[in-house]
Amino acid sequence: MAGKALFDKIWQAHEICQNEEGQSLLWVDLHLAHEGSFHAFNKLAERGQPVRHPECTICIADHYVPTTSRSLIAVQPKIRNVIQQLIDNSRHHGLTLIGLDDPRQGIVHVVGPEQGITQPGLLMVCGDSHTSTHGALGAFAFGIGASEVAHVLATQTLWQDKPKRMRITINGQLAPGVTAKDIALAWISRLGSDGARGYAIEYAGSVVRNLSVEARLTLCNLSIEGGGRCGMIAPDQKTIEYVKGRTYSPEGEALEQAVAYWQTLFSDDDAEFDREVVLRGEDIEPIVTWGVSPEDALPIGACVPDPTQASSPGKARQIQDSLDYMGLLPGQKLTEISVDRVFIGSCTNARIEDLRAAAAILQGKVCKVPGIVSPGSTLVKVQAEAEGLDKTFIDAGLEWRESGCSMCVGMNGDLIASGERCASTTNRNFKGRQGPGARTHLMSPAMVAAAALTGHLSDIRDILG
Amino acid sequence: MKPFNQLTSLACPLPLENVDTDQLIPARFMKESRADGYGNFLLHDMRFNAGGEPQKSIFNTINNGNSGSSEVLVALRNFGGGSSREAAVYALVDFGFRCVIAPSFGDIFASNAVNNGLLPALVSEQDCEQLLEALAGELGQIDIDLAAQTITCEEITISFDINATWKLKLLNGWDDIDLTLAEAPKIATFREKYQKHYPWLG
Ligand code: SF4
Repeated sequence: MAGKALFDKIWQAHEICQNEEGQSLLWVDLHLAHEGSFHAFNKLAERGQPVRHPECTICIADHYVPTTSRSLIAVQPKIRNVIQQLIDNSRHHGLTLIGLDDPRQGIVHVVGPEQGITQPGLLMVCGDSHTSTHGALGAFAFGIGASEVAHVLATQTLWQDKPKRMRITINGQLAPGVTAKDIALAWISRLGSDGARGYAIEYAGSVVRNLSVEARLTLCNLSIEGGGRCGMIAPDQKTIEYVKGRTYSPEGEALEQAVAYWQTLFSDDDAEFDREVVLRGEDIEPIVTWGVSPEDALPIGACVPDPTQASSPGKARQIQDSLDYMGLLPGQKLTEISVDRVFIGSCTNARIEDLRAAAAILQGKVCKVPGIVSPGSTLVKVQAEAEGLDKTFIDAGLEWRESGCSMCVGMNGDLIASGERCASTTNRNFKGRQGPGARTHLMSPAMVAAAALTGHLSDIRDILG
Repeated sequence: MKPFNQLTSLACPLPLENVDTDQLIPARFMKESRADGYGNFLLHDMRFNAGGEPQKSIFNTINNGNSGSSEVLVALRNFGGGSSREAAVYALVDFGFRCVIAPSFGDIFASNAVNNGLLPALVSEQDCEQLLEALAGELGQIDIDLAAQTITCEEITISFDINATWKLKLLNGWDDIDLTLAEAPKIATFREKYQKHYPWLG
């Protein structure tokens, strides 16, 4: 019998039973809620159902929070109402709340790992697709919709079909200036934004082993942009060191037991995968997106695609539609695309290492375009301020904001104006994602900083020299 | 939930790939209460310009416009990818759709759809192109039979895929929470073993 993949081990540990069609009922260790979860709480209320395990849900305010202050006074009433509903629901059901004024507040996928809520081997869900982030620590974590959130609240379980397994192995080494963001955009542009649909992804290979835990969080975060059910990385010593000592992590004897288990969480040598994808680290270049899907990504040295060269009429139509929306010309060099503003933030790229990478480029320089920096969590903000990064950003002409989802999705009103072009560290360049008519180019934090300095998309390697 | 069995309706073509959930319902509408329905928000920025004026769009002519009502949407690959927002399904359902036909769906979108009685009918790329060709940019009559997993439009009959559990749920209008609460003893037994095995999880 073939060995087991990391994913199989965690799946099996959580399987309660199967129905006749082979779907599994899974135990959910942890559910993270945010303001957008109000639909799910409403469903529960409609049914008059209590929360089955209040100790297994943590509520975090991030999607709608203001980033200009921590006060709700100036906030538009409808937005305030959504934030208030999270507070009310958490009180009503007796759930832990990490609210707007909590020093631990931040984006749910940054706070989870930071607080030690995220641990290897856990099954975690959240009504947000980027829940895949937590897989970087060896958890099976995935995004779910409101009905499923209601189901988890009511039963602490979830029905799931077992996904197939895909391993993405990145061998060799990364070149200078190339980051986890570039790895993600590289495989997504190759496989397509639905290329991993129906698969649980495991990232492996020397490049992944050598990534810091924070970079691994970025890589797993973007799994959903390739359609993956989840993304995960086998926990290693780096992971264990990272998790240890955080507020929610086990201590003493419990920690020893946990670590012994965590060390069994890897894919056996003879584990079988339904699909294997292998990349060479050396082949990956700094990448930017040019279109309206994360699959529309190219190395920064390339040119905007020409629809007349497309492989099919359908593809040509699609490219033309993207170019029209993005206001680009076929064949235009990517480095000649000028930007109107920049955004450094989101659960993808706003941890301390991301802010350091961007600040290193901006140090002592002045940006050509405006922009905002919103740290991934309030603790990241405090850390950045202790290191003086806030000063670097402010001196370079950027706004230093509070933590929240902010311009990743614009729900709190932090928006890009219609027709404006933004170099962004976020995860989605969808039409209207950063505001109606907004044009988004995704890239790594250092590449965003480079674009801020030059006023156009730029190759970080030219700046690093 | 209303059971889904057979459906005869007009099909509405949307020959685009990657119609993500941000397009299906832009984020700014998600703070609204569902009480008034989310139908007006469906594909809002495709249907209306920045000033809120209706654009030339087939969606502005159906289901309250004057060219009849359509309960079936036909789109291209990766429909409903992206954000997990169930509001994208609410917008489709509140607009009047009961079925979306496409060659691939975002995972989370598809399960959200089923949880709201919206059938995500998975067809091959070829069959989908054929269907869109038959519709030629206009509304066209379509028959969907969930039990048989077939779609008929003009002379074309094609089959579609649907996960077996989802099919049962849709056919019967079942609600997951009720089904799961019935499994309470199994869950309790599991939890006891689980806690012994992983004591640090409390
Ligand atoms: S930062 Fe963006 S992607 Fe991440 S949780 Fe917030 S809205 Fe979702």
